[in-house]
Amino acid sequence: MPDKKKVVIFLLLVTAYSSYSAYLYLRPPFQAEPIDELADKGKIVWQENNCTACHQIYGLGGYLGPDLTNVYSKRGAEYIKAFVKGGTPIMPSFKLSEEDMSALLVFLEHVDQSGSSDPRNFRIHFNGTIEQ
Amino acid sequence: MALSNNNSKPVSHYFLFFALILLACGVTYGTIGGLQYLIPGYLKETLSFEKTRPLHVSSVVFWIIIAAVGSMLSYLPQHTGKKIYSSMLARIQLMLMIGAALAITIGYYAGIFGGREYWEFPPLFSLPIIIGWLLLIYNYISSIGNLFKQPVYVWMWLTGVLFFLFTYLESLLWVIPYFRSHVINDMTIQWKSYGSMVGSWNMLIYGCGIFLMDKISGEKKYSYSSIAFLLYFIGLFNLMFNWGHHIYTLPTHAYVKHISYIVSMTELLLLGRIIYKWKDSVSTARKYFYYLPFRFMVAADIWIFLTLSLALAMSVPAINVFTHGTHITVAHTMGATIGINTFMLLAFVFDILGEKSYYVKQNRKSIMIGFWSANISLFIFWISLIGAGITKAIWQMKSNQEIFGEMMKNLWPYFLSFVIAGFVLATAFWIMIVPLFRKNPQSANDK
Repeated sequence: MPDKKKVVIFLLLVTAYSSYSAYLYLRPPFQAEPIDELADKGKIVWQENNCTACHQIYGLGGYLGPDLTNVYSKRGAEYIKAFVKGGTPIMPSFKLSEEDMSALLVFLEHVDQSGSSDPRNFRIHFNGTIEQ
Repeated sequence: MALSNNNSKPVSHYFLFFALILLACGVTYGTIGGLQYLIPGYLKETLSFEKTRPLHVSSVVFWIIIAAVGSMLSYLPQHTGKKIYSSMLARIQLMLMIGAALAITIGYYAGIFGGREYWEFPPLFSLPIIIGWLLLIYNYISSIGNLFKQPVYVWMWLTGVLFFLFTYLESLLWVIPYFRSHVINDMTIQWKSYGSMVGSWNMLIYGCGIFLMDKISGEKKYSYSSIAFLLYFIGLFNLMFNWGHHIYTLPTHAYVKHISYIVSMTELLLLGRIIYKWKDSVSTARKYFYYLPFRFMVAADIWIFLTLSLALAMSVPAINVFTHGTHITVAHTMGATIGINTFMLLAFVFDILGEKSYYVKQNRKSIMIGFWSANISLFIFWISLIGAGITKAIWQMKSNQEIFGEMMKNLWPYFLSFVIAGFVLATAFWIMIVPLFRKNPQSANDK
């Protein structure tokens, strides 16, 4: 394969990738949503306590604990609070301040409202694609 | 180990030594994490799972990246026939990486997290990694000169170093509120960056693999061939557009998933080629099997076949909907990071550090025991995770699910199996790498 051809293919791929990336950055799946400050703070609380080490959101994360995408609507705020404060035989109790706890709950509510992670809700098409 | 001593080893060797320490730490943390699956509450108050997991993951990820860089910096002068552009820049990069790794480890022990999967440390700790990587890019490009009349591995290394920086920076976009304002937008970009980042370090590793195979066989025909470049471009195409299979179940853009589904199927060409070339591979294996690094390459080849088959199945959304969020994903990750990445990296390490090591020669038998134990235990580990994944997948689809804790109890036999296999695997790695750290006796150096 001549060098010039290699360079052309490489540059074409890089251009396509850059365009794809830029398009995704500028047109994210959810647009024009105002940033909810409390949900944003809750996200930071989620991250700073490394909840993702054990828990999943949309099936992504650790496997020691359950997926929490829809825990807010399924179990409610009080249930979540009790678990975070009291811990379990496996999970340590997290000493969150009231402010951090409220923020975490708003974040989990935000996650819950974004969709469902339950694989039973997916429709499977004959061509191998799926639909929520 | 003075890095600046003119009589000391090349700086690339210190990258490999540091990477091996990280591997030893990584498998040890992994064993502790495994025990926490088996014994609920084990070390809950001192080293709970939200600390063990990042310690394990970051150690292993840094092992892969730093060993890949060390191998590339070792092979680069062998390819060009001259020293790398600047040993000083490489030394500074290594110091920055060591500093970052220490800060991250101390941070994890102290419970200071950034909390992003795989890169669970605060984003500030990324600064030395980014600066070090910029130095690496400058050093690499200056060492190579130009891309014309270069073998495929030079292209792969360049792709690896450039795309790692880009995807690493992309993985940090969440610090800008615009990108993290909605959980779906954030996760889309997060997994876009991770998917491509894995592809970028694979470019570094596979590039070294092709270089080593050329070196073993004594001919460079393949690395300049059109088929080598065709496979490289397929790999690059997948690196760029195949990341969407991580987020098939995320309510993100449908086109992201469709593009990924179509692109991932081009990997069938790679799988087909492995099967087509199987006979040749077996006869080559017979010819060079006496050579230690080659054995690791053969092991990696088998793991490529197993992992690619699993990855292809998981790339079909209709199958992924069952496997996603289960231990089958972990099996895939372990197959890729241990079976492929680590075995290939150990091939390079034994080629670079082991060739002149007195203790590697003296301990060949125990290294071989380690080699076979690692492969057999990894297979049991892999199968156990698939078994756990299938059991969880059935639970996920049940209309009347028992509670999560009950399902986890049902997985206990699989956890027991993977913890025992994981312990053997960690021990096997320790057995294999310890001789590499031993300094040659004076009598061996005099020969």
